[in-house]
Amino acid sequence: MAFQRFSGSARYIADPDLLSSVNAAVALQRPLVVKGEPGTGKTLLAHAVSEALGIPLISWHVKSTSKAVEGLYTYDVVQRLNDSRFGDGDISDIRRYIKMGPMGKAFASERQVVLLLDEIDKADLEFPNDLLRELDEMKFFIPELDETVAAKHRPVMIITSNAEKELPDAFLRRCVFHYIGFPDRARMGEIVKVHHPDLDQVLLAKAMERFYSLRKIDGLRKKPSTSEFLDWLTVLVRAGVKSEDIEKKLPFLGVLLKQEKDLETLDLRRRRGH
Amino acid sequence: MPTDPGQLFLPLLYNLRAQGLRVGTGEWLTFLEGMSVGLAKDLDGIYRLGRAVLVHTEANYDAYDIAFHATFAGVDLKQQLKHALTSWLTDPKAWEEGRAAGEHGFESLEELLKAFNETLREQKERHEGGNRWVGTGGTSPYGNGGRANQGIRVGGKGGGRSAVQVAGDRRWANYRTDVRLDVRDFKVALRTLRKLLREGHEVLDLDGTIDQTGKNGGDIDLVFKKDRANRVRLVLLMDAGGSMAPHAQLVSRLFTAASELKHFKSFEHYYFHNCVYGQLFRNYETWDRRPTQEVLRELTPEHRVIYVGDASMAPWELFQDSGGFGEQGPAGIDWLKQLKAACPHSIWLNPDPQTYWRHPTVSAIGQIFPMFPLTLDGLRSASKKLRAA
Repeated sequence: MAFQRFSGSARYIADPDLLSSVNAAVALQRPLVVKGEPGTGKTLLAHAVSEALGIPLISWHVKSTSKAVEGLYTYDVVQRLNDSRFGDGDISDIRRYIKMGPMGKAFASERQVVLLLDEIDKADLEFPNDLLRELDEMKFFIPELDETVAAKHRPVMIITSNAEKELPDAFLRRCVFHYIGFPDRARMGEIVKVHHPDLDQVLLAKAMERFYSLRKIDGLRKKPSTSEFLDWLTVLVRAGVKSEDIEKKLPFLGVLLKQEKDLETLDLRRRRGH
Repeated sequence: MPTDPGQLFLPLLYNLRAQGLRVGTGEWLTFLEGMSVGLAKDLDGIYRLGRAVLVHTEANYDAYDIAFHATFAGVDLKQQLKHALTSWLTDPKAWEEGRAAGEHGFESLEELLKAFNETLREQKERHEGGNRWVGTGGTSPYGNGGRANQGIRVGGKGGGRSAVQVAGDRRWANYRTDVRLDVRDFKVALRTLRKLLREGHEVLDLDGTIDQTGKNGGDIDLVFKKDRANRVRLVLLMDAGGSMAPHAQLVSRLFTAASELKHFKSFEHYYFHNCVYGQLFRNYETWDRRPTQEVLRELTPEHRVIYVGDASMAPWELFQDSGGFGEQGPAGIDWLKQLKAACPHSIWLNPDPQTYWRHPTVSAIGQIFPMFPLTLDGLRSASKKLRAA
């Protein structure tokens, strides 16, 4: 079977494990579930895949109130009611009031797309189960139209999860699963290179040292992640902080630790002489 | 296809299942499908493909590593066989069509499989290695890029560490949290606790509007109604005493489930030591606490209180008039009775097996609160009881 291989993109460094998971998902036509700490680049992955394969991206940002059916289509009955009263347009054509959701659009698309289901764990517990049939058969039925929408091309589905909630087993069994571990120093070096190609290596080494030691502290509510590290480096460079200052004090700590409680924890440790 | 090449990898399947990974037939077939479309070109590829398709949570990555290592570590193949296998992995189609077989001295794919299985059998007899792919040991003159000491890499590019070595590192061991798997189950059981009442925000009542508009002769008449909201307020009171230590993980699972479920009108949790006395703790470490009296006053009929504890203590800890932590006050049992009176919809979950429940303090507490075992079934029946309230 011919399929396009994904090998990362100019702005996105993926490790070989992740690449092979993406390629497995594409080749096997299964949704890819990407899980990991916030800031490990899960959402960016979908953008990178869409860019690398040269196909459009359709995003569905899941919220706590999202319902599975909204991703397929919505029937705007209020608009229709309004039109019936104020006479705008032809209300006998129900099709005008059926709007495709992100998943519906991806199915109906004339060409293959990347469909991103972002933060699926934000939604209700049963949300993933409500999509099982659509994932299996890649089609859904619209009772209002008495019509079935079947995918012309199976979209490349990328589903991200922050692990706030466990996903149901039946759902996971249909997917390719990948957990993005936190990058080690070598990979972090590569990632930084993409974003800050001309960074002073001494500064980077010092910053990295502080960053990884911060992550080791127990009891932090939110460990600083890759994206926060990149932001921190930007700030350090812009402010012209010298590398020896990074060692002595932690300048712009607020960029790394965003919870007041975490700053307190750190402060407490310092006073105790850690 | 004449013979299913999938049987080559059956030892991996059995090792995975031995590690407690419930790999189903469907996933296994997906894995083999991945092989046959050429997703895995070498052992590294097999490692990655298998993990992506057969494992569904990072908590099981470690179990996968162990199983993979057990299957493939020390695999030492005759050169000819190694070549043939590599070429099968690289181009399975050619084998199916019978093109590649001859090049490697095997008449057909079947013969390759036979040779393979023979190696497997031979090695099994020689070693007691159990379910290894081909067995450990054996000194082979054939190496691969200087990693010959283990003789594990079937083909593949140089550079980096091989899959088996990586698997052997067990770098996912920290992610093993056998507990987390069940948080979801607890949540599903707790979710049944609800009392839906129309008291939320005003929302458009579509059916009502259409009815009303029809009656109005087409003039739109908007009808609103209150959205449904869950009225149930949950309070979780947990025993953090010494005898509860073995159950700490189980209790934290329940706590995680209850606190992550943004389903109740309110959720509060407190800790106590052995029994409830004058103080309830939000956090033992920071000494964050509230007088029990205050918590008592806040309880309403909408509250549901779940107590978690083994309920077994020295009798004086329950029946004597002193409040614990050196304070004077009512006996523990009186505090419990007061709490029960303030909020009748309460149950007790006990992590100890039911055979221990004949202990005098356990049965005394069991007379105040309906007691259920802290298991999934227990929680389900407890929820049912609370729902009926």
